[in-house]
Amino acid sequence: MNAAQSLSVESLEQLAREIRFRTIRNSYLTGTPHLGSCLSCTDLLVWLYWNVLRLDPKNPQWPERDRFILSKGHAAPVLFQVLAERGFYPRAHLEDYGQDGSIFGEHPPSPDHLPGIEAATGSLGHGLPMGLGMALAARIQGQAYQVFAILSDGECNEGSIWECALMASAQKVSNLTLFVDYNKWQATGRSNEVLGLAPLAEKWKAFGWATAEIDGHSFQEMGEALRSLSGDPRPKAIICNTIKGKGIPFMEDDNNWHYRIPTAAEVEQCAQVLRIPGEEIALEGRSPISCG
Amino acid sequence: MRNAFADEVTQMAKADPRVVLLSGDIGNRLFDNLRAQSLNQFLNCGVAEQNMMGVAAGMGLSGLRPIVYTITPFTTVRCLEQIKVDVAYHESPVIIVGTGSGLSYASLGPTHHSLEDFAIFRAIPNLQVLAPWDAPSLRACLRMAFLSGKPTYIRIGKKGEPDLCEGQEVPAIGDGLVLQTGKQICILAIGTVAQEAVAAARILRAQGISAEVVLVHTVKPYPTALFDGLLSRLECFVTVEEHARIGGFGESFLSHLALKSLQKRVICLGTSDSFMPIVGSQAFARSHFGIDAASVVASAQALVQN
Repeated sequence: MNAAQSLSVESLEQLAREIRFRTIRNSYLTGTPHLGSCLSCTDLLVWLYWNVLRLDPKNPQWPERDRFILSKGHAAPVLFQVLAERGFYPRAHLEDYGQDGSIFGEHPPSPDHLPGIEAATGSLGHGLPMGLGMALAARIQGQAYQVFAILSDGECNEGSIWECALMASAQKVSNLTLFVDYNKWQATGRSNEVLGLAPLAEKWKAFGWATAEIDGHSFQEMGEALRSLSGDPRPKAIICNTIKGKGIPFMEDDNNWHYRIPTAAEVEQCAQVLRIPGEEIALEGRSPISCG
Repeated sequence: MRNAFADEVTQMAKADPRVVLLSGDIGNRLFDNLRAQSLNQFLNCGVAEQNMMGVAAGMGLSGLRPIVYTITPFTTVRCLEQIKVDVAYHESPVIIVGTGSGLSYASLGPTHHSLEDFAIFRAIPNLQVLAPWDAPSLRACLRMAFLSGKPTYIRIGKKGEPDLCEGQEVPAIGDGLVLQTGKQICILAIGTVAQEAVAAARILRAQGISAEVVLVHTVKPYPTALFDGLLSRLECFVTVEEHARIGGFGESFLSHLALKSLQKRVICLGTSDSFMPIVGSQAFARSHFGIDAASVVASAQALVQN
């Protein structure tokens, strides 16, 4: 129950398709942006929540649970779908998404307000240091849980990320693993042009982290990277080369989808690409309140 | 005060394994006893305050009771967003301690002054804001903050602050200590500058002016019951703080008066809306900004005589 499952690649792919579609549909219905950023880390989230994290959705405060922090909090729309599918709350709870009074918006709320959330992120550069605090707390209190975080490449602009990198390295925090969703875009430009991010894996390595670089859409490479680093006493950084908008050909590597909201016709197109049955498309009742 | 802080934290850590002190690369030798006692309960986080505050918040959410310690500007405005989001929004039970507050480091220049922390923290939800006036009140504030389990900022001085409360019990968070009663004027003082208020009261007494002296350590939650009690008895007030007049403790007193539609005679002493580029001792700096005993005396005289 608490241990991570071990779903086949086919099952993970199926889940990822469904969750991609629900995120896109939700963006249309509620006017919630950051689709490109959600789609680039969907595969990572699905793999983590079904095949890696030790969790008990019925007991979200289980003290021995692994901690997961979505440090790139603007991908919350996909995380909310993942948590529902994983059983932290019924999918029906998402029906008021984005409406006045809903807890579901553009970023994760604080943990008291939604089961499954460990940190209220959204301001970049905050999640990783909080994760380091949780990892150190495990060590100090003799607990065995692991801490995982997903960062965006744009987030690596923040000085606090590199402050954290230095401290985690000095403290030899072996139970902290981060994934950089390296989709090569940030809000308004190429992440290697806005600031000098490349070579990113080498930077983490130079900061004293055990590092791997993988295809961030390959479940097989994710598993191999995690296994290969698992015995290393250092904190771990897995640089995931991803594609912004992954899974939808007309969104892939097009940074307009950082903010753009799809039309009904585009959602229908996505449903086709993702092989979603017609009865699940359900686009009536659109009520966008976000201005993106 | 900082020695009392180190001693009190060492005792707290001995009594409770959840206590962890995070230092921003300061306190050379200050925490030797704590480190000797338990290596696990002291972490030097380096000169990286944003990360330190986030780490503290994460620890607080994972069963520990972190205390963050460095020089005030670096544990407040340097990592303000981490305090707002990671600590306050998450209600993580972190105690943030700023040492060398106000003008304690007058000779180090405005980079090391902290005259805006009350104003900023007053506006952050979930955060208790405390400013003890001497070593015993600091020890009490630390204990009370720990017991409350709420995010708390404690602004302390440096060293050599005189004990002001002569063994009297330190009041609860949100209350104040009436150090001496008086009839003509009430001096409300917060933080270590309270020593100027105590000195002023002595001078006023010699001049035949009966001054009530009230020591306050809580900026937030607002000490409204304390204010109401004083307002029911007295007409003239001087507030004094080692902080900007804009947004400070005095302003919270004034807003309380205004909301109650009370007509009282009040002078709020605090630092002016300017940096202090010249250096000097803390006493010189207090005189420069008009928050020293002489300034309190002059304000009290003006209120009583006019």
